[in-house]
Amino acid sequence: MLSRRSSLGASAARLPSGSLLAAPLVVYLLVFYAYPVLLMLSRSVYEKGWTLQVFAKLLRDVVFWRVMQITGTISLIVTIVCLVLAYPVALFLARCKQSTANLLIILVLIPFWTSILVRTYAWMVLLGRRGIINNLLVDTGLIDHPLTLLNTRLAVCVAMVHVLLPFMVLPIYSTLKSLDWRLIRAAEGLGARPLAVFREVLLPLSLPGISAGCILVFTLAIGFYITPALVGGPGDLMISILIGNQVNILDWPPAAAMAVVLLVVVLIIFAGFTRIMRIEKIFQGQR
Amino acid sequence: MGAVGRIAFYVLVVLIFAYLLFPILIVIPLSFSSGKYLTFPPPGFSLQWYVNFFTRSAWTDSAWLSIWVGLLVTVLSTLLGTPAAIGLVRGNFVGKRLVNALILSPVIVPGIIVAIGLYFAYASYGLVGRPLALVLGHTALAVPFVVINVSSTLYGVDRRLEYAALSLGASPWATFRQVTLPLIRPGIFAGAVFAFITSFDELLVALFLSGTTAVTLPRRMWEQIRFDIDPTLASVSTLLITITTSLMVGAELLRRRSERLRTAQIGR
Repeated sequence: MLSRRSSLGASAARLPSGSLLAAPLVVYLLVFYAYPVLLMLSRSVYEKGWTLQVFAKLLRDVVFWRVMQITGTISLIVTIVCLVLAYPVALFLARCKQSTANLLIILVLIPFWTSILVRTYAWMVLLGRRGIINNLLVDTGLIDHPLTLLNTRLAVCVAMVHVLLPFMVLPIYSTLKSLDWRLIRAAEGLGARPLAVFREVLLPLSLPGISAGCILVFTLAIGFYITPALVGGPGDLMISILIGNQVNILDWPPAAAMAVVLLVVVLIIFAGFTRIMRIEKIFQGQR
Repeated sequence: MGAVGRIAFYVLVVLIFAYLLFPILIVIPLSFSSGKYLTFPPPGFSLQWYVNFFTRSAWTDSAWLSIWVGLLVTVLSTLLGTPAAIGLVRGNFVGKRLVNALILSPVIVPGIIVAIGLYFAYASYGLVGRPLALVLGHTALAVPFVVINVSSTLYGVDRRLEYAALSLGASPWATFRQVTLPLIRPGIFAGAVFAFITSFDELLVALFLSGTTAVTLPRRMWEQIRFDIDPTLASVSTLLITITTSLMVGAELLRRRSERLRTAQIGR
């Protein structure tokens, strides 16, 4: 009897078996997700035989490089603006009472979980030619004719920052939250000016959160489709849209090749993230 | 920080919060407008755009489809994700990191790549235009949120409670049912909520897999937005905002309550 119990205890220490419990999900993801994606990607190097022709052609394609450049520029602007806006919010959340912070984090998370389509629609309503902002400006007499705000680079950046800002706030907040604030007080106590405290102490200590946030926002930004497609102009064609357009005319090999390039870029940049923070931390119930 | 600096800092934070929330909130009054166009402030109160939504089968059919697909995705991803999370947290096996990466990858891999990949393969199975295709695809996108939420509650479970049950003669299954499961229930619930929202709001996969016969609500909105941003969209948006927010707040309150209960019990 005693031995039976102890053997039960031992087996329970590693419940049935970890791999067995994960197996159904792994099989599911391999069959319905990983295999389809890899099969599609393989079209870039295989068509009735192995070939590198598609990539060779793609790398000489002017449109592709132009779109990559636009994608990179927009993603970079969005990342920088996100950082500038997210840092004060994260700092505020980390410094205020826990109950207040919990409440305000829900306010950050509501836009986070609101449909991206709803958020983009809201920006179209605000920025349109007869949109709320233009009407307001014309009615108050600040301008005579409505400004072109929609279908511009500005609109893309404003709407994308809005969608991605929570992804920057949360990692910075989590770093600031676990910071040893006695270091800041010590610097202040020793007579450092606020700006010096920020530059010499606070900023270096918040670097893990900042870099995690920047990597996350940048990788998500380069894969954007819906927002630039709706509020961008012809000059704001991003790589995802180009891939989608290629698929819509069923021209698979170049679409697959571009998808390979996009995926490799995303994975390389994201590899940096995994060295700093666990991705789970961003999506858990935040504290 | 000086007083002026402090005030400037607070103003800045308030402005950033306004930027986050204002565009979402502005849609709500617009949806109750009695006007024909999107004017602000609305000329008067009317439910015409909601009537428009609820009486057009194009809208209601899509809404029902999205709800059904969302519910099936919730069930499927919870059934697949919960045991996987337990296996990953409690188990130790070769390739665990790889399995973890596979499960979390849909969060990072650009949506367009997943969407066209599924389109490419599912088209050859004749699945495009069928709700089943959406359920299968959305489950892959939703399952990371189940695994993440269940794992995070599981890390917080005091293992001595499980050992106690086992040493008192409970079988591993009974221990799971009667000890572990009640403790991780809030995580499972939160994961289920996020899984539902993920599917319910998903557009890119639907864009390629919906065909003309399985048009989800986001897909219908997308077509409408590109055609004309009429106030019916404001009413749909308001409904979506209400649903998402109440689900989210509900999950959050439940999580905090269970956390309080747990710490209270340990403190006793």
